[in-house]
Amino acid sequence: MSHEPDLLHSDTQEALRAAVRALLADRAGHPVVLGRIETGDPYPPGLWPALAGDIGAAGLLVPEELGGQGAGHRETAVVLEELGRAVTPAPYLTGAVVATETLLALAGDGGPAAGLLAELAAGERTAVLAAPLTTAPRGADALFAVPAEAPVRGVADAVAADVLLVPRPDGLYAVPAVEAAVTPLSPLDLTRPLAAVDARGAAGTRLAGAAGARAAVRRGLLAGAGLLASEQLGLAEWCLEETVRHARERHQFNRPVGSFQALKHRMARLWLDVVGARAAARAAADALAAGAADAELTVAVAQAYCSGVAVRAAEECVQLHGGIGMTWEHPAHLALKRAKADQLALGSAGHHQDVVADLADLPAPA
Amino acid sequence: MTDAADLRARVRDLLAAHPPATTGRTDFLRARFDAGLAWVHHPAGLGGLDAPRSLQAAVDAGLAAAGAPDNDPGRIGIGLGMAAPTLLAHGSDEVRARFLKPLWTGEEVWCQLFSEPGAGSDLAALGTRAVRDAATGDWIVDGQKVWTSSAHTARWAILLARTDPDLPKHRGITYFVCDMTDPGVEVRPLRQLTGEAEFNEVFLTGVRIPDAHRLGAVGDGWRVARTTLMNERVSIGGARIPREGGMIGRAAAVWRDRPELRTHALHRRLLDLWVDSEVARLTGERLRQQLAAGEPGPEGSAMKLGFARLHQAVSGLEVELLADDGLLYGDWTMTRPERVDFTGRDAGYRYLRAKGNSIEGGTSEVLLNIVAERVLGLPPEPRDDKDVPWKDLAR
Ligand SMILES: Cc1cc2nc3c(=O)[nH]c(=O)nc-3n(C[C@H](O)[C@H](O)[C@H](O)COP(=O)(O)OP(=O)(O)OC[C@H]3O[C@@H](n4cnc5c(N)ncnc54)[C@H](O)[C@@H]3O)c2cc1C
Repeated sequence: MSHEPDLLHSDTQEALRAAVRALLADRAGHPVVLGRIETGDPYPPGLWPALAGDIGAAGLLVPEELGGQGAGHRETAVVLEELGRAVTPAPYLTGAVVATETLLALAGDGGPAAGLLAELAAGERTAVLAAPLTTAPRGADALFAVPAEAPVRGVADAVAADVLLVPRPDGLYAVPAVEAAVTPLSPLDLTRPLAAVDARGAAGTRLAGAAGARAAVRRGLLAGAGLLASEQLGLAEWCLEETVRHARERHQFNRPVGSFQALKHRMARLWLDVVGARAAARAAADALAAGAADAELTVAVAQAYCSGVAVRAAEECVQLHGGIGMTWEHPAHLALKRAKADQLALGSAGHHQDVVADLADLPAPA
Repeated sequence: MTDAADLRARVRDLLAAHPPATTGRTDFLRARFDAGLAWVHHPAGLGGLDAPRSLQAAVDAGLAAAGAPDNDPGRIGIGLGMAAPTLLAHGSDEVRARFLKPLWTGEEVWCQLFSEPGAGSDLAALGTRAVRDAATGDWIVDGQKVWTSSAHTARWAILLARTDPDLPKHRGITYFVCDMTDPGVEVRPLRQLTGEAEFNEVFLTGVRIPDAHRLGAVGDGWRVARTTLMNERVSIGGARIPREGGMIGRAAAVWRDRPELRTHALHRRLLDLWVDSEVARLTGERLRQQLAAGEPGPEGSAMKLGFARLHQAVSGLEVELLADDGLLYGDWTMTRPERVDFTGRDAGYRYLRAKGNSIEGGTSEVLLNIVAERVLGLPPEPRDDKDVPWKDLAR
């Protein structure tokens, strides 16, 4: 067998987790998020400079010589677990993973990509790929196929971006966000703003030619899909913990509702799902970090599995909370909406299953 | 402490002194035990070298690669998985020295006399009686056990019996090693839905057990049994399982070999289960790494639940996939097999045998209770059986 995965968290990664968790508790607790999600600017003030700059989370994927922290996907995954737990609005998956990994593929021989990458890694600027959030890794080529006749719909975190990475038939362009029309949409998941982006009027700077750009964007989306599994894992973990906590405290029929076997079995099953999600998400992060030959398959497995687990966890969280779970005041709906949106992000579970079918040689009927 | 290099040297020495090609199987296994390479984490003299358990996999692999015989774990699973850890943890020096070696080499098969007609999930309700013979100090055992796998091949049994019916059920139990050749032991096959009889009912009538074959204190059998039951949950082997290593590999192979059988509905289910199987494999791999790093997590109990569900679902899918062939069944002849094989034989057999996976070793419902209470810390259901003397319980 080729690559022997490391599926555990190291002590350094746990220290990073503790730092991110403390920061989020301080700056981006659920009340803060709930207070901002309807403003159109859900990003907690001051969070990004602290997360991206002080903790250095934006540069984890970027080697030191290119201005980053020289860590990797396993560390980035830990940050995403925490952002998932807290359902934090932050352009991290979009900016520090998809856009950053795309630029990493192009930064080798210096040039404009390298300069932009260093700024992203330092948290000084933020970039997002001007593509629908639903774009799967294998959908990368299609982004370049036709000249953008219309605005690109459903671009996540575009409202927070300084730079848009715009695929055009002849390559990938960096366009200052101020030169494009960015029109906010009303998203299902209010913690990850979506916008329609029209960059047709802006020239921008070409970062790569046609072939290199496609491969780079595919690589960026693959890292995004693989590490999204860690966000989904963190979210599911929070939902389970919160549900268990509530079920132990809430009394009906003169006993904690968590002592009813019907509920205990539901929570135990969810725990099994979360245990699996942890292994799958870790495997994806590890395969990306190692550049493993089977990374695409491992990512597809993680996405096919974890997106369902996150939705199930959030749905169980709402149901097992009863009425309070249905309220705007309780944070369960933040997790539910994020989980449901994440199910579509970077390729649906069904799409990723099709990738599995292809790579594992399990072809569809003729 | 013994390290990996040490072990490699010992493997080389063993192979040099007892070349597998020219050494009898049992002789080789005995020599391997004496060399401390049976269970490297056991104490010296008891099949081990006090080495970290995580080094076992490399030893097994090294010996297998050199063509050394293994001890046929499918035949002695209960001895290896349940009796051995209990003997090691609770046996006297004499008991450990007497039993562990032939257990490991497979010269003596073990079975587990726990379940009874009236005590399954509620094992602590068991009623088989053990009474002390004042004259000899021996124990005289009377009762009935059921679902006893490999009782028909076993030389010894681990046995739970009630020594004090006046105490609440968990407190009046004592743990013994029972001689299956005692004239008071009668083993009758119980035919299973697969057609064969892996398990048996066992009648115990005036069975005599020397006090030296008691494990743990009188009345402390439930605590000793917990060692056994903890080890019963899927003993996670040291080895990595390759992708498609389990039941799913069978179904995937049929899918590839028989394109004419493919349908869209089956394709979706196959992919669902392929992904689930891969995630279960990774979960097992992660657990293995946790154990090797000395940080065992509660994930162990997840494994048995997951594998039971997957075995059942995958084997069921395979029967459907096979269409006309899925309607056939290899052989209904009543046999009393010597070994357990979940992934062997034909799809129909695998489908039927997998039904036992969510019953044997604790039902899935009971395991979910355990996860809920021990892992998640959810409160127990109110119960009224814990402090009542066993003799006054409803049955
Ligand atoms: C193939 C096979 C091999 C076996 N080998 C051995 C062996 O070698 N030695 C041995 O001692 N035993 C053996 N067993 C027995 C096995 O351990 C028991 O069958 C098992 O513990 C269940 O007990 P039971 O059969 O009495 O079912 P019951 O306990 O009567 O269970 C009936 C149903 O009620 C459910 N149930 C019971 N209690 C609860 C609860 N608290 N909450 C929710 N649901 C509950 C169960 O899940 C099950 O669905 C074997 C069983 C099988 C199938």
